Amino acid sequence: MAKVLLEMRSITKTFPGVKALDNVNLKVEEGEIHALVGENGAGKSTLMNVLSGIYPIGTYEGDIIYNGEVCRFHNIKDSEKKGIVIIHQELALIPYMTIGENMFLGNEQGKKYNIDWNKTYAQADMYLEMVGLSDSSKTLIKDIGTGKQQLVEIAKALAKHAKLLILDEPTSSLNETDSRALLDLMKRLKKEGMTMIIISHKLNEVSYVADKITVIRDGSTIETLDAKTDDISESRIIKGMVGREITDRFPKRHDVPIGDVMMEVDNWTVFHPEFAERKVCDDVSINVRAGEVVGIYGLMGAGRTELAMSIFGRSYGIGISGDLKLRGKSVVLKSPKQAIEAGLAYVTEDRKGNGLVLSNSILRNTTLANLSGVSNGIFIDQDKEIEVAQEYVDKLKTKTPSVDQLVGNLSGGNQQKVLLAKWMFANPDVLILDEPTRGIDVGAKYEIYCIINDLAKAGKSVVMISSELPEVIGMSDRIYIMNQAKIVGEMKASEATQENIMEVIVKQGSETDAALVEDVEIKTDYKADAEAGEEVSAAEEGGEAAENTEEGSEV
Amino acid sequence: MNKIQVKDVLKRNIMTIALFAVYILFVVLAGVIRGTNMLDPSVVTSLIEQNAYVFILGTGMLMCMLTGGNIDLSVGSFVCFAGATVGLFSVENDLLNKWFGVWEKQMVDGQLQDVLVTPASPWSTPVVLLTALAIGLAYGALLGWLIAYVRIPPWIATLAGFLSFRGLGTQVLTTASTTNAISNLPSSLTGIFSGTLFPTGYMELNIFCLIVGIIVSAAIVLLNFRERSNKIKKGYQADTMLFVIIKSAIEVAVIMFFTIEFALNGGLPVVVVWIGAILIIYGIITEKTTIGRHFMTIGGNAESARLSGINNKLIMFVAYLNMAILTVIASLIVTSRTGAANSFAGQEYELDAIAACIVGGVSAYGGSGTIIGMVVGATLIGVINQGLSLVGVDQDWIKIVKGLVLLAAVVFEIMSKQGKKKDKEAKDKKAKVKKEQKIAVN
Repeated sequence: MAKVLLEMRSITKTFPGVKALDNVNLKVEEGEIHALVGENGAGKSTLMNVLSGIYPIGTYEGDIIYNGEVCRFHNIKDSEKKGIVIIHQELALIPYMTIGENMFLGNEQGKKYNIDWNKTYAQADMYLEMVGLSDSSKTLIKDIGTGKQQLVEIAKALAKHAKLLILDEPTSSLNETDSRALLDLMKRLKKEGMTMIIISHKLNEVSYVADKITVIRDGSTIETLDAKTDDISESRIIKGMVGREITDRFPKRHDVPIGDVMMEVDNWTVFHPEFAERKVCDDVSINVRAGEVVGIYGLMGAGRTELAMSIFGRSYGIGISGDLKLRGKSVVLKSPKQAIEAGLAYVTEDRKGNGLVLSNSILRNTTLANLSGVSNGIFIDQDKEIEVAQEYVDKLKTKTPSVDQLVGNLSGGNQQKVLLAKWMFANPDVLILDEPTRGIDVGAKYEIYCIINDLAKAGKSVVMISSELPEVIGMSDRIYIMNQAKIVGEMKASEATQENIMEVIVKQGSETDAALVEDVEIKTDYKADAEAGEEVSAAEEGGEAAENTEEGSEV
Repeated sequence: MNKIQVKDVLKRNIMTIALFAVYILFVVLAGVIRGTNMLDPSVVTSLIEQNAYVFILGTGMLMCMLTGGNIDLSVGSFVCFAGATVGLFSVENDLLNKWFGVWEKQMVDGQLQDVLVTPASPWSTPVVLLTALAIGLAYGALLGWLIAYVRIPPWIATLAGFLSFRGLGTQVLTTASTTNAISNLPSSLTGIFSGTLFPTGYMELNIFCLIVGIIVSAAIVLLNFRERSNKIKKGYQADTMLFVIIKSAIEVAVIMFFTIEFALNGGLPVVVVWIGAILIIYGIITEKTTIGRHFMTIGGNAESARLSGINNKLIMFVAYLNMAILTVIASLIVTSRTGAANSFAGQEYELDAIAACIVGGVSAYGGSGTIIGMVVGATLIGVINQGLSLVGVDQDWIKIVKGLVLLAAVVFEIMSKQGKKKDKEAKDKKAKVKKEQKIAVN
């Protein structure tokens, strides 16, 4: 048996009036990848914050034994000195500094009053090579994609002589190719003797990479699974996380009649607003019928969000061409306002960034897209507004003490419900849901699926964009597969499997860029750039979401 | 009503309470130290009259700040310029004569010179007012266009206005008059913006003023009670009877205090009517209308507002157009009060308006703020100003105190927000543990 590098013994962390961690035990052996899983708010981040000294000694009970000695960390510097380095979910790199500058931020090389830049960049290049990044360390952070930024974070940790690396949701803002590269890098580092703790919601990745999996639920350790001896399938892990077996992750729709074509998009082409020669949607044609749930599967950066937003009143992109038909009639929608009036709704993937007004109440967010529904055009009927907001809180089972609660204080799942309520109240015929279950826990996901089914039952057309294959397959009637700005396939959900969807993408990928799936290194900068802008904001969003939910602000 | 609710109400109205406390403090201090009666009708009236411009500019600034903490730095300079324009056209002066007078070449002392034969006649008051309004609309539209559509950062666009309108106003005045000011504005103009309605003598109770005060008080009581009964009728959670009674009593007391002070000082000041009308209109706009909601939403999250079908650019445009119009009104009030247009008029008014908003709890980042909060903020600063002057504190020290009050208000706001968040987190965590079995997975 390998040497135990870290042992956290009966850690109890109390916030005023509540136990966030209750007698948590964690044992990490040297040279292993240890995954920490649990629902949002279960206490994973709190535990890692205790470990890294963000919550200093004295604010918690229990012992941290690292490398055989009891540690007393007062701040992050203390833990970093011992070689414990945490990489937070939200990337903490500064866009307008070079990779090298970022890597040695707070750890500058040379003398205090005279930074040795030659040494800085030489060292930086060395660490970049270790993580398999071929870019020069003098490249600005803003010029590389999120995937590479995550690698820079790891190189930065290596530069601090990390012995125990903690990665908090490292792949949450990466596409699948980049994620896979990152996970493979983790495996490589493991071989070189690095010990790692990974926190992740993506259970397939956990199964792929982890040697041991510790499940945390409601502030307590439930179990530790060993990849060698135990079953570590996704369903097994979920069982541990929620405390029971989930037999049916996706609720069934029964007898929903599928009607006429409600929305049809033909030969839709959109160009990037800043790089005008770049197509973000290329000759896309899709349609959706009344009562139908159409899934659009694609990796991040495939052009899904761009497609949805450009349809929704040209709210993204330039040089948009193509035909948009609603109920068989061609329409031109020049602003979100016109799109809403025409019966469209776009439920954004970025609920904090451009979906909700966090500083406003549930009430105000619910009626925002349809103020005319609670007013005579000028004056708002505030009584009616309360009624409407309350109706949707009840209908969607949003957990809140009152409709006056600020949306910023809700958990991710409940925020998503408010966002859905807002667009349901706008009474659209077609709802485009962009990643409707991103960053919310398993229970809340199920509730969102039920809402989607209810919408279909009510005769609405639902377009669901998602990068989670099981979700797309489980929820859709029909699936479009999008890759590199094109629709590359269409299939009935009943015929779809994870394998044949991936096959379609790989096949298309090999036609255009043989190396795309096989090897990230060759992944063109062109694509990385396309993603960088959106993904940075997505990363920030994800970070905030985690903070919000992890700190347990569910009401 | 339980203890927590009382605490909550007090917390929410902390600035109002501070205002009462500071006012009483100064009344006592001024009385004890200087023997000055701060409650004297003339002192109370001048408190309102002197700060009239802050209420009006503060209203415009509030609308700008709601859209995302945007400010207008050109307000003070534009007050000066608008005042100079009003003076220029309403009183005979050199510049007006130069432009519109009839000149003839005549021999004077053996030299051929232009001599003014017929001086230009000043314009009538309605024309002057329309001109001022037109100037306001033109500037507001330009500014709004630059900020909303050309996307120039507000503080830069308005900084340009700050510099150029001060220069332009001064230039007009120095050209028009050797004294660098145009005085003796016609009473037909000043009467619309200053003076009192149905004036009576000092310390005679003005009946008209009293009647207005009583009507306003009655209206407020009526509205308070109607709101409560409406809520109960529709089954919403309503405030307790006791709370509504106390609230109404305080509001009536404040209104009647000012009513009696005004009534004893000769009658209802015209400017109070202007302030009242503007505050009520904008209070309704911000609280009850869809456009008010649009202002708040843009400040809260501009992208989200846009994707919800709100025309962000139009709202930004309207904010600055509105600010310019209110600035013209403020300028007319200030100019009418002194009866003269000065090149130093309106100095630092923009800062007073911003300070009133900030002290009044308007978010510096946009998205939240109320008219009533701004009024409390403006009054608090006004009271501190007047109180310190009456106690005999040096002007420099008054500035220091005002700066500290501003800082304290912001620090307080941010700290109380953080405090709230922490309280909540603790509470939520508790709830979280309880809901263990409730995770809704079938």
